[in-house]
Amino acid sequence: MTAVAQSLRAHAAWHWWEFALIAALLVSWLLLPSQALLLNEIAILALFALSLDLILGYAGVVSLGHAAFFGIGSYAAALFAKLVMPDPLVGMVVAVAAAAASGALCSVLILRGTDLTRLMVTLGVASILYELANKLDWLTGGADGLQGVVMGPLLGRFEFDLGGRTAYAYTLAVLIACLLLARKLVHSPFGYSLQALRDNRLRAGSIGLSVNTRLVVVYTVAAAIAGAAGALLAQTSGFASLDVFEFHRSAEVLLVLVIGGTGYLYGGIFGAIVFKLLHDLISAWTPQYWNFWFGLFLVVLVLAGREKLMRPWTWFGSKA
Amino acid sequence: MLTLLFDGIAYGMLLFVLAVGLAVTLGLMNFINLAHGAFAMAGGYITVLLMNRLGVPFLATLPLAFFGTALIGAVLEPLLYRRLYGKPHLDQVLFSIGLVFMAVTGVDFIIGSTQQNVTLPAWLQGRFDIEWVGIGKYRSFIIVVCGVLAVALQWVLANTRFGSQLRASVDDPRVASGLGLNVNRIFLLTFAVGSGLAGLGGALGAEVLGLDPTFPLKFMIYFLIVVSVGGTTTLTGPLLAALLLGIADVAGKYYVPKLGAFIVYTLMIVILLIRPQGLFARAGGGK
Repeated sequence: MTAVAQSLRAHAAWHWWEFALIAALLVSWLLLPSQALLLNEIAILALFALSLDLILGYAGVVSLGHAAFFGIGSYAAALFAKLVMPDPLVGMVVAVAAAAASGALCSVLILRGTDLTRLMVTLGVASILYELANKLDWLTGGADGLQGVVMGPLLGRFEFDLGGRTAYAYTLAVLIACLLLARKLVHSPFGYSLQALRDNRLRAGSIGLSVNTRLVVVYTVAAAIAGAAGALLAQTSGFASLDVFEFHRSAEVLLVLVIGGTGYLYGGIFGAIVFKLLHDLISAWTPQYWNFWFGLFLVVLVLAGREKLMRPWTWFGSKA
Repeated sequence: MLTLLFDGIAYGMLLFVLAVGLAVTLGLMNFINLAHGAFAMAGGYITVLLMNRLGVPFLATLPLAFFGTALIGAVLEPLLYRRLYGKPHLDQVLFSIGLVFMAVTGVDFIIGSTQQNVTLPAWLQGRFDIEWVGIGKYRSFIIVVCGVLAVALQWVLANTRFGSQLRASVDDPRVASGLGLNVNRIFLLTFAVGSGLAGLGGALGAEVLGLDPTFPLKFMIYFLIVVSVGGTTTLTGPLLAALLLGIADVAGKYYVPKLGAFIVYTLMIVILLIRPQGLFARAGGGK
């Protein structure tokens, strides 16, 4: 008993590199003010990948339509700011609630069937939302995107500036808050039971875990966090467009997570940094055909074995 | 009304030919190949380029589209796909998405992003009017070709030695190889034929579905719907699913154009919610 408790506690204890990472995030705000816009994008992508990690890395649900919740958060935040009130924090709460509610609804769909069924259903949900956002043009602006979103100042004091420093600070705060929440969640008994059902759903069920309730809960939480990421994008750019629902976005976040590694929460952050820097480099060189290199990277990554990338300590082996 | 039904059937038959290769890949090796549409696109482009640049007649390009695409499939299968059979689905999904993106951008780069047009020969244009039902000649051509293909496939599967080997490998690859069947070779052949059929479907469908570099992404979900709704254990499952999808899509777009593809996606989700293994899965099929 004590041995088990100790090993669990050791697993859940804070590592030095976790502090270092969070400190590095904070320092980046101070040291790189000119890069705040790019950093803001990275942080949003990292948050989105974090939410996918909860369902993919911990619960083992393969989703091809995670952009659905990102998009719901995005549109909810933008519409709320435009139609109701421009305060970003209230908007954030509304967007997260909307995404969580839709996550809870959709979670029913992923309980049954095989990987293929889940892929199809998640893809289908994202496609339906895309069609909806496209057709409801009186509300969402259709293919032109939702324009004319004006954000109020954060906490009533800090205006969103063109340089994006306020935006980045805001995004960082949300990212770190979600990270802490997710960390708490996966190191709780609930988190361990998720890993059990990821590894063997049948066995997890037969030792008395209620598999479906857990999947519903984790899917809802992940949807809420994805919604937060979407809301951040809409609020810091003052714009929401159809591409938040696109298949491309779901594929991208999957790649980001896989680059960083699944199942340890920080994969999203590392992946987002690598991905965005690569993206910037390659698009500067060949903007139109960036997708080709994206595809090639995926193919090579899988053929070479992404397991190597899943263990970040083996890349930095020389340092540690 | 009947015209609509007829168009739906033609569309469904086309989808069946396009997707049947995918059903085999999924059913036989349990491989989720999102890049199947890329093969269809390859077939479409072979036809279009041969016709427009070299002046090859339409009918002659069809077999070329089939064999060209089958060849691509036969090269890629042992080179890339075979390594991924035992891997988790996540890997397969990532890999095939990567292929799709490469194919889309590659075609865009080499041929350009404009929509390609197929000029049908004169005898396939226009329509017959039987009573008051207008029937497009090209649509009926599609139905005849795809119908013949479906019957031929069913015959091969049910009555030939290769067919029974294939069915044995689908049911249990391990036992099949234990009995001395060369499962790898069977799969290579089947993959090539499946890709070739996708190419043929792409060639036939270039006029109906439109052909541009985003083809694999646009129709990926349709192929997957056919396979996941139809199940992968029989040929009739995907066939019925493809017909259902074709008719629902054509009718939906005609009667409620505002909803667009909405109906199809909703229908799929509802069906998968009720029958996660597909509409026509065999009871107790082991996978």
